[in-house]
Amino acid sequence: MTKNLKWKAVLICSVIALALVYILPTFCTVPIWWEDNLPSEKISLGLDLQGGVHLLLEVEAGKAVENTLERYAEELEEVLFTERIPFDHVDKISATEIEIGIIDPDTREKIEGIISSRFKVLKQKGKPVEENDMIRYVLEIDSQEAEYISKLAVDQAIETIRNRIDAFGVSEPIILKQGMDKILIQLPGVDDPDRAIDLIGKTAILEFKLVDDENSLAEAKTGNIPAESQLLYQRQTDPKTSEVTKTPFLLKKRTLLTGDRLINASVRIDSRFNEPYVSIEFDSRGAKIFERITKKNTKKRLAIILDDNVYSAPTIQDRISGGHAQITGRFSMEEARDLAIVLRAGSLPAPVKILERRQVGPSLGQDSIDQGVKSIIIGSLLVLVFILVYYGASGLVADFALVLNILLILAALAAFRATLTLPGIAGMVLTIGMAIDANVLIFERTREELRLGKTARAAIDSGYSKALITILDSNITTFVAALFLFQFGTGPVKGFAVTLSIGIIASLFTAIVVTRFIFDYFLMRRSVKKISI
Amino acid sequence: MQFIKQDINFDFIGKTRLAGILSVVLILISAGSMVIKGGPKYGIDFAGGTLIQVQFAEQMDVVKIRAIIDKIDLSSSSVQPFGDKGENEYLISINETVDDLQGLSGKVKALFDKSFGKENFEIRRVEMVGPKVGADLRQKGFMAVICSLLGMLAYIWWRFEFKFGIGAILALTHDVIITLGALSIAGKAIDLPIIAAILTVVGYSVNDTIIVSDRIRENTRRMSRDKLGKVINMSINQTLSRTIITSLTTLLVVIALFFFGGGVIHDFAFTLMVGVIVGTYSSIFIASPLLLLWEKILHDNRVQGK
Repeated sequence: MTKNLKWKAVLICSVIALALVYILPTFCTVPIWWEDNLPSEKISLGLDLQGGVHLLLEVEAGKAVENTLERYAEELEEVLFTERIPFDHVDKISATEIEIGIIDPDTREKIEGIISSRFKVLKQKGKPVEENDMIRYVLEIDSQEAEYISKLAVDQAIETIRNRIDAFGVSEPIILKQGMDKILIQLPGVDDPDRAIDLIGKTAILEFKLVDDENSLAEAKTGNIPAESQLLYQRQTDPKTSEVTKTPFLLKKRTLLTGDRLINASVRIDSRFNEPYVSIEFDSRGAKIFERITKKNTKKRLAIILDDNVYSAPTIQDRISGGHAQITGRFSMEEARDLAIVLRAGSLPAPVKILERRQVGPSLGQDSIDQGVKSIIIGSLLVLVFILVYYGASGLVADFALVLNILLILAALAAFRATLTLPGIAGMVLTIGMAIDANVLIFERTREELRLGKTARAAIDSGYSKALITILDSNITTFVAALFLFQFGTGPVKGFAVTLSIGIIASLFTAIVVTRFIFDYFLMRRSVKKISI
Repeated sequence: MQFIKQDINFDFIGKTRLAGILSVVLILISAGSMVIKGGPKYGIDFAGGTLIQVQFAEQMDVVKIRAIIDKIDLSSSSVQPFGDKGENEYLISINETVDDLQGLSGKVKALFDKSFGKENFEIRRVEMVGPKVGADLRQKGFMAVICSLLGMLAYIWWRFEFKFGIGAILALTHDVIITLGALSIAGKAIDLPIIAAILTVVGYSVNDTIIVSDRIRENTRRMSRDKLGKVINMSINQTLSRTIITSLTTLLVVIALFFFGGGVIHDFAFTLMVGVIVGTYSSIFIASPLLLLWEKILHDNRVQGK
């Protein structure tokens, strides 16, 4: 063997060995010493193959700003009250503005002082307007502050969602911030996607409000709702018939206590009805507030509301101290567990909207894998047999290169931790069909050279050298297409671009370097006159 | 073994007129179909909407499913059988999205629960794409196609002469239009994977064209006294065997994908199948003769005759 050929042999053998090392963990369990010393990454499957949920959420961060503004309005009202400044109203008039109406012109200086010293993030918008014995101030939230609140809301939402998912129990979830206000979530292998989505997307604002027994519910249902009250519903789903019943409740608008004061929530079983309920526990301040509420409103009904949905409205029998309460409501075990999870993880700072949702059931994923593997096997067998019949012994060389090509693609997927998707499998099948092109080009050229009367050795030589430039040209153009597909593609399509690009690079190696080596090796040993091509 | 005789000298250039007519007819049919159907049909990836793949335990009637879907007030929806026969699988596509948590799939599931019973069906796939994401994906898909076309054009321009690039781009535009036409006639929607398939067809078509172009360039140097038409014709003949063999192997695997790959990539394989056939045809009959036409327009003196 010449020195050059020897080096090639070493190179090819090491590539094959390396590929095998990377592939093995995917197909069989490797011993501990392997895991410690060698790569043990398995080829990761996309959601379309392993089943799972892909979600793109948008955090309505504007709502978080609005909520903050509402809180400022309440605080302002309180301050004006304690400072004894007579005022007509303090209202949030838009998503970013508060209007104050004061009555006494002499308090102008004082109020402006309060705003600039204690409410630094609220900026006066224009000059105060005086009309009808009232001075109206319009205060706008500082845009930087609004931006900060929005950013914080998104970050907090991600944190909360991560906690919920962790509590729900998903292995290897992906939770990423996308752009300014979007969250990408991927949950591989979730059995009950609807439940997971419900859990992730719930705003989970827990509120306690009193039931308005002074006004008539029937009246309110006709649309005649008192200014201080609101109409909310209790939705209950019959577990057997899936029938949803809606019960209306007339509630006082004022929120007495929220879930912010919770420190724990857990599922318990009611021993009498054998029904699960959620037991909640407040922090010390929350416990005090709860005690005060229950003391002041004994014999009244206190509604427990989650995201504007009334869960229950029990009558307060007695003062409740210690900060423990129960949420009941004909839960299934799963519902109770999920409720406890969201309460523990806390509420989202702003509601989220689902922009994109893709979910694949595990059975479909498995079907896709089976069908993908089947088409790879059938496709490659067809090509292998065809090439063998058409080109004889040389075909066998090309076939070997093709099998090696598949091996290299799989190894590269494992090595780069790329994700194999269904279009990715299609890309592999396609690569098989197209990778053979390089060898076809070489063989056809060699045949032409043979016809010109060249010796086997010379024909192979010029076949390779003349076809090489063409092979490069055609592969680079396909590679360009794959590159842009990768750049702009999403999810599964990206997987297609990945396998296609890897396939192109691998095929250059297998179809040119490897086959050439084999030919050189055989043509060197014997003085071959004829080759089967 | 060989399919193509070594001394083959088929007069491809002479068939340019015929091929031209065939191509124009195919393009007209494609364009016609797209016009009649009101533009290419976008799948939910691009148009936004909800898609639900459901499998029933027993045989089910499309009409029955329809009746249940209609209970939800929807602007437009379709129910069609999906995948292999006997699998009792159906694809429900709805052109709407709602952004509440459970979305339309939740409503459909609740209705199915009530009508068929929980155990008698399985929702195997749900895809919901909101209008914002749809617009975003549409833009990205468009960019991917445009950028890869420009990228390939730039590469061909750099490696060959501009005229080769023009021929290649026109040929692949021809392929893309006819493939889109076939999709339109078959009533298949254009989704992200279809864009990937079309880009692959584009790559494949350019591939084919380049191989012939390479040969033309090589032969032009050797046969500098011959007319360009003759050089082109000879080059096509010399590469014919390779063109046919590669198309055949590619078709073999695409057919395997089409028949065994399963419902989810059925349309993807269909697109590839049409594209590979059209791409092979165009690289033989369209791309290189266009080169001749281009030279004719620029009245190169080597053009006359074949």
